[in-house]
Amino acid sequence: MSEPNRDADLLFKALADPSRRKLLDLLHAHDGRTLNDLCEHLDMTRQAVTQHLDVLEAANLVATVRRGREKLHFLNPVPLQEIYERWIAKFEKPRLKALNDLKRRLEKAHG
Amino acid sequence: MARSTFVYVTYIRTTPEKLWKALTDPAFQEQYWFGMHCESGWTAGSPWKLVSSSGQVFDAGEIVAAEPPRRLVIRWENQKPELKPEGASLCTMELEAIGPTVKLSITHSIEREPSKLIAAVSGGWPKVISNLKSLLETGSIALLEAYPSAQAR
Repeated sequence: MSEPNRDADLLFKALADPSRRKLLDLLHAHDGRTLNDLCEHLDMTRQAVTQHLDVLEAANLVATVRRGREKLHFLNPVPLQEIYERWIAKFEKPRLKALNDLKRRLEKAHG
Repeated sequence: MARSTFVYVTYIRTTPEKLWKALTDPAFQEQYWFGMHCESGWTAGSPWKLVSSSGQVFDAGEIVAAEPPRRLVIRWENQKPELKPEGASLCTMELEAIGPTVKLSITHSIEREPSKLIAAVSGGWPKVISNLKSLLETGSIALLEAYPSAQAR
């Protein structure tokens, strides 16, 4: 966690996997879950879920808190805020909004 | 009773002493907290307030524990009419030196589920923490406005 480029590498690597993004979505829907709770919602072995959580924790996207015997997992959005600031906020908002509206209109027309 | 909690963590390239000062110094807070600052004696039992640049008190409460430069616990009550009935939340800030960085963990919780207060502060904290990290590491902040999209419209 000491070098900015390494932090970004860990972050984008963590986000590059659909199962890990699903884990983040699950935590967003309900924060502070145990490993057992997360496993119930995923079609994966317990060991695979543990490994994915380790990658997310190394990227600082998941923070863990021990409560008694349980380890609770929380979505940590601070690195996402940093992505937002570096890659999104500096570009003009109205243009992004116009593109977004266009995409929505076109997809609606085709759907 | 059910509880609503969020845990935010960031690693800042600084020292625990500098980070503690940044968290408790009003002039420093104004730079990363979108013009807001805290008023407090920063010792256990002293009152605490989060005040806007125009002098409006947004949140108020009391310091529950202060162990510089490691741990700060604030009893935190939002003063908005729609949030005040939820009562007090607890905000714990923990600072831990890890290599060349300090791990800052902010845990904010309230004994109710769901909580409008937790929903409200959960959107603000990442921006504040991200600004604080930028300010300590580079000397300037990343976001000038709390809600830049509203400005662009």
